[in-house]
Amino acid sequence: MSYGTQMLFILPELVLTLGSLVLMLAAAWGGQASTRAISYAAVALLIGAGIALAGPASTGGEAFDGLWRSDAFGTFAKILIYIASGVAILIAPRFFADTSGDDLRPEYPVLMLLAAVGMGMMVSAADLLTLYVGLELQSLAAYVLASFMRRDQRSAEAGLKYFILGALASGILLYGISLVYGFSGTTLYSGISAAYAGTKSLGLLFGLVFVFAGLAFKIAAVPFHMWTPDVYEGAPTPVTLSFASAQKVAAVALALRIAVEAMGPATADWRQIVIFASLASIILGAVAAINQSNIKRLLAYSSINNIGFALIGLAAGTEDGIAAVLVYMTIYVAMTLGSFLVVLQMRGADGQPVESIASLSGMSRTRPGLALALAMFMFSLAGIPPLFGFYAKFAVFDAAVRAGLFPLAVIGIAASVIGAYYYLRIVKTMYFDEAAPAFAPSESVVEKGLIAASAVFISPAGYLLIPALSAASLTAARALF
Amino acid sequence: MIQAVAFYLFAAIVVLSAAMVITARNPVHSVLWLILAFFNAAGLMVIVGAEFIAMLLVIVYVGAVAVLFLFVVMMLDIDFAELRAGFVKYLPIGIVLAVALAAEILIGVGAWSAGGIELSTRISPIDAAVPNIEAIGRLLYTRYLLVFEGAGLVLLVAMIGAIVLTHRERTGVIKQNIARQVARRSKDAVRKVNQPVGQGVEL
Repeated sequence: MSYGTQMLFILPELVLTLGSLVLMLAAAWGGQASTRAISYAAVALLIGAGIALAGPASTGGEAFDGLWRSDAFGTFAKILIYIASGVAILIAPRFFADTSGDDLRPEYPVLMLLAAVGMGMMVSAADLLTLYVGLELQSLAAYVLASFMRRDQRSAEAGLKYFILGALASGILLYGISLVYGFSGTTLYSGISAAYAGTKSLGLLFGLVFVFAGLAFKIAAVPFHMWTPDVYEGAPTPVTLSFASAQKVAAVALALRIAVEAMGPATADWRQIVIFASLASIILGAVAAINQSNIKRLLAYSSINNIGFALIGLAAGTEDGIAAVLVYMTIYVAMTLGSFLVVLQMRGADGQPVESIASLSGMSRTRPGLALALAMFMFSLAGIPPLFGFYAKFAVFDAAVRAGLFPLAVIGIAASVIGAYYYLRIVKTMYFDEAAPAFAPSESVVEKGLIAASAVFISPAGYLLIPALSAASLTAARALF
Repeated sequence: MIQAVAFYLFAAIVVLSAAMVITARNPVHSVLWLILAFFNAAGLMVIVGAEFIAMLLVIVYVGAVAVLFLFVVMMLDIDFAELRAGFVKYLPIGIVLAVALAAEILIGVGAWSAGGIELSTRISPIDAAVPNIEAIGRLLYTRYLLVFEGAGLVLLVAMIGAIVLTHRERTGVIKQNIARQVARRSKDAVRKVNQPVGQGVEL
């Protein structure tokens, strides 16, 4: 295959890379004043990359001697990633303008774009080398973005913590990769899969354990979740939004592909790890969230909890299971974007962001629309029926039951009841507590529109999308098997 | 035989010194152990026939780390007279270390010339007729082009990140304005004065 043809396979990544280089130059000349224009151009580039997914980039198959695979699975994940990154770029200018301290600099959208390139490499990687380079590209951009507010101590702390623990996780992952490579003699997923299908040596099993440990860190699954609350709390809210949505989707998609494509024949071996991580995440995410007083920390624990549910689908290890995880992540992204957008609206009378849950008291009277939206997101995250979040949980439990994992499904459902407690506590605070001082009114039409859009998506109206969503996720999941 | 001896020697020292890197209390000692670890890793590379990577390890890692170490030493408040006083005391151990490293080089080269270790499987088999550097270059710019470009992007992000996190506009310093310097003409700077005799010069 000629290089020209192969370039079509990575067209979305090319668009984003070249675009971000041009924007970087524009930023160098335009300076601070060009930030807003560059942000909009970056969103346009993400849309362009989404359109570029239409060609061979979504159906082409293998390219670059098997280092890359363009398939429906990657496309599904990339669409979610691009949407979430776009939102994270779009809402940043207003957040930074209202927050005292550092201004938004034009590097923010550029780093977001480069992170999106890295995430694209992660989900389309068919080789451990591509995987690792993509992961590092995304992580490195994430470390910088986490400490983007240089004068804010919490932001600096978040960046440093994320960097050190992320480097440790990369080390663990690389150690696993080197073991897998050493005992299978190849870094290609297809070759590794063949090695696992044969006699599994101890080295291959050790490699599998280390690779899964490294991936568990990236998706923030227990017992590798410790960094999540601190980083989510300290990072600027738009960055936290992208951590909780885009990066989560990329890491989960990466884990799905490597589990099925590279280590599919060893399903029985990794299933134990995934089941443990899943149950531990669900239970710890639910219990540890109860005492939180900061809404961003609470959402961090909520994301740990949700990853646990998504992993139930992976534990099933079937086509249905993988499709269920994709459905779960889609709905999870909508709920997360919505919740964080509401957090962005929480600012005191002086315009400074407030993050305490107590400040939500009585919001149903001061900002009824916003309170209703947040209540919907919370009910949906708790998986309470008529909302769409229920269908997400239903899909993964259904897949687990069909794969014969009854105990897992039963414990998962029981633990989701614990989780419901703290989601409902927020609703109670908003609707039944003494009113706290009202938040400053929000003028941003874009943010209001985005909140409304996510609220409609997770409302019972979202059920209309089920046929399309399940068809797309099933096609994506089939591409892996 | 000599290959196996060399392998276990190098591998054991790598593991040992890596453990020392994280257990040593003195950061300067940690760096020295790290250099030893890199050096022995280079030895491992030599006996699998990857001389180029071995040299890279020595030049880039040992070289760069040694320079970094120098910077650290320069920033520390160290009494150099006191440092020299210990020189004689530590001379024997220094010589032992130097001899050990020299012996390692000899063993490594011996093992390498004895034929190296055959790895079981390779994704890209080494062609004995092609030199190391050429083989790496070929792989880097053909088969692994995508990953190579990706690594370039990683470095770009690292650069942007370093600038974003540390650069700040400084006020109150005089900066060179090249455009203004170039635009300056002689008539702005030089004045011809027809100076009458017997009067002072007015500037």
